[in-house]
Amino acid sequence: MRIHEYQAKKLLAGFGLPVPRGEMVTTPAEARATAESLGGAVVLKAQIHAGGRGRAGGILKAESPAEAIAAASRLLGQPLVTAQTGPAGRIVRRLLVEETVDVARELYVGVTLSREEARIALLTSPRGGVDIEALAFRQPDLVLRQPLPPAAGLLPFQARQAAFALGLSGRGFAQAIDLLPRLVRAFEATDASLIEINPLVLTTAGSLVAADAKMEFDDNGLRRHDEIRALLDPNEGSAEELEASRAGLSFIRLDGDVGCMVNGAGLAMATMDLVALAGGRPANFLDVGGGVSEDAVGRAFAILSSDPGVRAALVNIFGGIVRCDLVAQGIVRAARERGVRIPVVIRMEGTNVEQGRRILAESGLPFTSESDMEAAARTAVRLAREEGGSR
Amino acid sequence: MSILVGAATRVVVQGLTGREGTFHAQSMLEYGTAVLAGVTPGKGGTRHLGLPVFDTVADAVRSEGVDASIIFVPAAAAADAIMEAAEAGIGLIVCITEGIPALDMVKVKAFLREKTARLIGPNTPGIISPGLAKIGIMPGPIHKPGPVGIISRSGTLTYEAVHQLTRLGLGQSTALGIGGDPIVGLSFVDVLGLFASDPQTRAVALIGEIGGSAEEHAAALIRAGYPKPVVGYIAGLTAPPGRRMGHAGAIISAAGGTASGKIACLEEAGVHMVRNPARIGEAVALLLA
Repeated sequence: MRIHEYQAKKLLAGFGLPVPRGEMVTTPAEARATAESLGGAVVLKAQIHAGGRGRAGGILKAESPAEAIAAASRLLGQPLVTAQTGPAGRIVRRLLVEETVDVARELYVGVTLSREEARIALLTSPRGGVDIEALAFRQPDLVLRQPLPPAAGLLPFQARQAAFALGLSGRGFAQAIDLLPRLVRAFEATDASLIEINPLVLTTAGSLVAADAKMEFDDNGLRRHDEIRALLDPNEGSAEELEASRAGLSFIRLDGDVGCMVNGAGLAMATMDLVALAGGRPANFLDVGGGVSEDAVGRAFAILSSDPGVRAALVNIFGGIVRCDLVAQGIVRAARERGVRIPVVIRMEGTNVEQGRRILAESGLPFTSESDMEAAARTAVRLAREEGGSR
Repeated sequence: MSILVGAATRVVVQGLTGREGTFHAQSMLEYGTAVLAGVTPGKGGTRHLGLPVFDTVADAVRSEGVDASIIFVPAAAAADAIMEAAEAGIGLIVCITEGIPALDMVKVKAFLREKTARLIGPNTPGIISPGLAKIGIMPGPIHKPGPVGIISRSGTLTYEAVHQLTRLGLGQSTALGIGGDPIVGLSFVDVLGLFASDPQTRAVALIGEIGGSAEEHAAALIRAGYPKPVVGYIAGLTAPPGRRMGHAGAIISAAGGTASGKIACLEEAGVHMVRNPARIGEAVALLLA
């Protein structure tokens, strides 16, 4: 799960991270009021869950409260298209209005999970404000990566090492060795999967302040963090994805026209790949779970048939513990209840597959049955194309 | 022969009395697995499915001499269950549970560094040595004994590959899922090592997916010289970056983890890569012909 910059700053300030003074606002009038209370010159930052905001014009400076109104009016309610949003962009509904910061240097600090080492890792670079992955690739010497001992957290010598690598001295150095362990504690205390302060600014006055903050959380950890779940912005991410996750389905919308419904995440990805291999484009990733209840099948059907972009559906079920005849009954019931608007190609294999296929055939519903998943994908792609042509 | 589990493996089920534990313990018993005990804290001294139930794994080890454990404990308590099994001296721990927080697994991995236990999973269908023992939730009847070792990060996609092989008359030595989470126990590299020295295994099918670098590490091991032919398939060529594809570990990050990168890496290491998941069985059959 991701949160907005203003939420991350507030959360991390609670752990002792120095952040600029500021407020989240949703109207130009609020932007002016905040600018006034901050003493005039402010920066207005569009709050969307995507990077690349600066280059896309989502971060504006205002020298006065009047300018703040104008800037807020230009951003609020408008789509912002960045390198990470896709061509449609995201509607800007919230702004962070902050005091301006006098920048001497921009640094990078990140906390992440190193999968292979099964440890938390601290990343630091004296070259902040840039794409850190690209920098790590081009100039690995400029990025210090420190895996942390699992029980101890960031040790004092590691904090010093990082502060030296950041090129700090004096007050900035003292601040950094206090700040870095706090970030690691914040990561652990919230079940985060990523904290990025990019840039961490060394001001002309010689102190550190977080000009930006990005946080992501481990979805598996959210169960024990009501305070993080409460930060979810329902406007970010699609409504169907949210509804699907509530129904226990794993659903991701893509831009193709062959809707997929599969049991198991690996088989679901493989099915999407088969659609592409057959010359088509998958409309979604949809995993109804290894178990496949009738209810899950019904909801999955509803999602596929309510998507106007879907021109044919491909159902791929490997019946293991779950029997194909029960899955077939679920599909038939869901199709009878909701109607079948698009061609549906069904491939089932595994336990009780013969009974399952018979139930589908005898239902009288316009299903196309295939026994091979490659053939099923080809048929679905062909039917989607015909359906597209007939409109 | 097989790897990790055989007819002599003595199994305890952690979470035996729950719905999942009961259902799958029954299925494992029917398969012929030597399931000898269950553990449910607070229900020690009772019996379930005809098996003795203990309060702790240590009690089950002392009383029944179990040496492998399968875990059906809810996600919030599963990391603790793994560590309890390791502390009790269990040699092989199979954790089926999905949804364990990653930071819990950081603790578990640190704990296991000082123990002898091997961990399979979490978020795995488990392990099966066909005809000998099944410690998992996979459908037993699609398997048959034979020469092919299977390692995978997924569930139903593995069943699919097994089914293809069995239909072609090719059985399996052992099939196991290493788990779909970002932090898991045994890796592809560990399991490839075990298959290398297993006389029954004549070829290996490796089924990977986007996210992490387990496949890249496997490629490095194979490139350095692997004694058996390996067929590979990677799921997720059409997966968008930055989105978690069902499995917690299946995500393309800025640091990498793309299917195309993994395919290139394995191909370069000499693995016979299959682009079409419906043709995994055929590819193995060709190699063994």
